[in-house]
Amino acid sequence: MVTAGIRIEGLRKRFGSGDTAVDALKDVNMVITPGEVVGLVGPSGSGKSTLLKCLGAVVEPSAGRMTIGDELIYDNRWVIKDLRALRRDKIGFIFQAPYLIPFLDVTDNVALLPMLAGLSNAMARKQALELLQALDVAHRARAMPSQLSGGEQQRVSIARALVNRPPVILADEPTAPLDGARALAVIRILNQMARQYEAAIIVVTHDEKIIPTFKRIYHIRDGKTHEEVGEGRDFE
Amino acid sequence: MISLAGRDILHSWGKFVFTGIGLGLLIGVTLTMAGVYRGMVDDAKVLLDNSAADLWVVQKDTLGPYAEPSSLYDDNWRGIRNIQGVASATNVTYLTMQVRHGESDVRVLVTGVVTGETGAPGWPPHLIAGRQITRGHYEAVADVATGFKLGDQIKIRRNVYAVVGLTRRMVSSSGDPMVFIPIKDAQQAQFLKDNDAILEQRRRTEQNPALNRPGLPEVLDAVIATQSANPFVNAVLVQVKPGYAHPEVAESIRRWKRLQVYDRLQMEEILVGKLIATSARQIGMFLVILAVVSAAIVAFIIYTLTMGKIREIAVLKLIGTRNRTIAGMILQQALGLGLIGFVVGKVSATFWAPVFPKYVLLEPGDAIRGFVAVVVICVLASAISIWAALKVDPAEAIGG
Ligand SMILES: Nc1ncnc2c1ncn2[C@@H]1O[C@H](COP(=O)(O)OP(=O)(O)O)[C@@H](O)[C@H]1O
Ligand SMILES: [Mg+2]
Repeated sequence: MVTAGIRIEGLRKRFGSGDTAVDALKDVNMVITPGEVVGLVGPSGSGKSTLLKCLGAVVEPSAGRMTIGDELIYDNRWVIKDLRALRRDKIGFIFQAPYLIPFLDVTDNVALLPMLAGLSNAMARKQALELLQALDVAHRARAMPSQLSGGEQQRVSIARALVNRPPVILADEPTAPLDGARALAVIRILNQMARQYEAAIIVVTHDEKIIPTFKRIYHIRDGKTHEEVGEGRDFE
Repeated sequence: MISLAGRDILHSWGKFVFTGIGLGLLIGVTLTMAGVYRGMVDDAKVLLDNSAADLWVVQKDTLGPYAEPSSLYDDNWRGIRNIQGVASATNVTYLTMQVRHGESDVRVLVTGVVTGETGAPGWPPHLIAGRQITRGHYEAVADVATGFKLGDQIKIRRNVYAVVGLTRRMVSSSGDPMVFIPIKDAQQAQFLKDNDAILEQRRRTEQNPALNRPGLPEVLDAVIATQSANPFVNAVLVQVKPGYAHPEVAESIRRWKRLQVYDRLQMEEILVGKLIATSARQIGMFLVILAVVSAAIVAFIIYTLTMGKIREIAVLKLIGTRNRTIAGMILQQALGLGLIGFVVGKVSATFWAPVFPKYVLLEPGDAIRGFVAVVVICVLASAISIWAALKVDPAEAIGG
C-alpha cells in the first residue's frame, strides 16, 4: 500500500440522537497522495464542512478510519490523544476569510505556529520569512494585517497554514471572496506549495472558476463521496 | 513565545489607556477615601501629641474634653499637682466656633492656654512665624490653615486678639485649625453673654429681694461678680514624672479628686474608636462600593474586549494554542488594565490630596493594600471572560 497523505475509509458522522439525529456523513472514502490538490464539491448541506472538521480533529466522527501519512489517527475512536498537537503539527488550515490575528504583524502571524510548537522566536521568524518569500509577501513582513490587501492577507494565511510543514492542508472555500484571476492565483500557489512541501491538500469549493483546475474531484452528496476525474486544466 | 496580551494591548493601546485612566481616577478616589480616614486618625493623634499631656483629667462620667463636653473647676489643678508622680497639671479650654476672617467665616477650635509658662502642656509646640503668647490677654497664635497672618486681628466674641505667632498642623479631631488665646480670655469667651443678656441678668438679680438687700449693697455686687465670672475649664493636662507608671498616677487622681482620668491610649481609643468611628464606617462603605464598581468596570471592559476577539480565539485554538495560553492572555490584559489604573490612581491621588480642605494622609501601606486589591479584583473580573474564551469551540473557526 502506497503511503497516502490522507486516507479516509468509511467515515460517518451523526449529530444528535433519536428522532432529531442528523447523519451528516454516511460513507466517506478518500485517498490523497502527498503533493496532490483535490477538490471537494457538493451542494450546501451535503457535509463538506463536517468532513473538514472531522479531519481537522475538532469534531469527533461516529465511525470509520482516518490516516495522516502513515499514522492512524481515528479508528472508530481517536487513536491520537493530543488533538491540539495533532492540529498544530499535522494540519494546516486555510479559511474562507484570512482570519489573521489583528494584533500581530505579518511575520508573527505566521511565526506563531512554530512558536507554539516550541521553536525559539528567532527560528520561528526565520521559517515564517522563508514562506512569506515563497508566497511573494515578504515585503509586507512588518505590516499589520489591516494594512494588507485582500489577496495579500490570503497569501499570509496560506503561509501560516504551511509554516509547520504539515502533511495535510484543509482549505475551506479559500477563493470565495476573490475574483477569477485572484482565485486562480491562489490555486496556482496551492499546487506549487503542495509539490514543494509534499502536502496533501483538500480544497472545499463550489467556485465554478476553479473546479476545472483539479485533476481529481470528490463529489459529496447526501453525506457520501464519489470520486471523479477532473479536467486538470493547465492554467499556468 | 511572544506575549499575546502585550501585543494586543500595544495594538489597541487607545482603548486600554482611556479605560485605564477612567479606572485610575476611580482608584484615585478610593485611595483618597482611605487617605481621608488616615488623615482623621492622624488629626486625632496630632491633637493628642501636641497637647503634650500624659493624662487628661476631665469631668466625672464624661468622655471629655474632645468627644463630649467636660467642665471642672479651674482650681482643681493645684490639688492634682500635689499628687505623687505628677510633674505638672495645666488647665486648658476648648471651644469650637466660627470666627470672622475677611469676608467669610472660618471654623476654628479656640484653645485657652495658661500664660506665663512658655511651652506648658496645651501650647503649640512649634511656631513657623512670630512668637508665642507672652501677655495674659488679647494675643493669639493661629494655625496657618485658618488663613490668618501675623498682625491680623481676630474677633472672638466681644474681644479682639492680635495674631502674634503662626503654627502648623494644629487641628481639632474634626480637622478644624486651632487658635490659641490666653486661658482667662478663653474662659470669658466660653461664658460671655451679649450685652442685652448681661443687662437682663443684672436686672433680674436686682429685683430678687433675697440678693438685693436694703442696706447691704455689697451682697448684690458680690453676686453679680460671681455671676459674670467663669470658674470652669474643660480639662487639666497632666504630665507624669519619669519613673511613675501612668495608670497608677491616673488611679490616684481618680481616687483623690473624684474626677475622670484618661491616659494616652484611652484617649486615642475615645477619639479613634468613638469620635470618628461613624465616619470610618461611612468611608468603609464607600471603599466597598468603589471596589465593586472598579471590579464591574474591569470585568465589563475585559469581557467586551474578549467577545470582540472570539473569532481570533477560535482560530488560535484551532491552530493549536493551549487553553492556558489563551487564559493567560486575558488575565494579563486584565492585570495590565489594573496596573495602568493603579499608576494613574496613585499619581492623581498624590496630585489632588493637598488640595483637600482636611488633611489627607496617603500611607504607603494603603497604596500596597490598594495594589493587592486591584490585582485581586482584576483576577476575579477576568474570570468570566476566561470562562467564555475557554468555551469557544475551535470548530467555529471553520464555517458552517
Ligand atoms: N453541529 C451540528 N449539529 C447538528 N447538525 C449539524 C451540525 N453541523 C452540521 N450539521 C448538519 O449536517 C449537515 C451537513 O452540514 P455541513 O457539513 O455544514 O454542510 P456543508 O458545509 O456542505 O454546507 C447539515 O444538514 C447540517 O444541518
Ligand atoms: Mg460549509
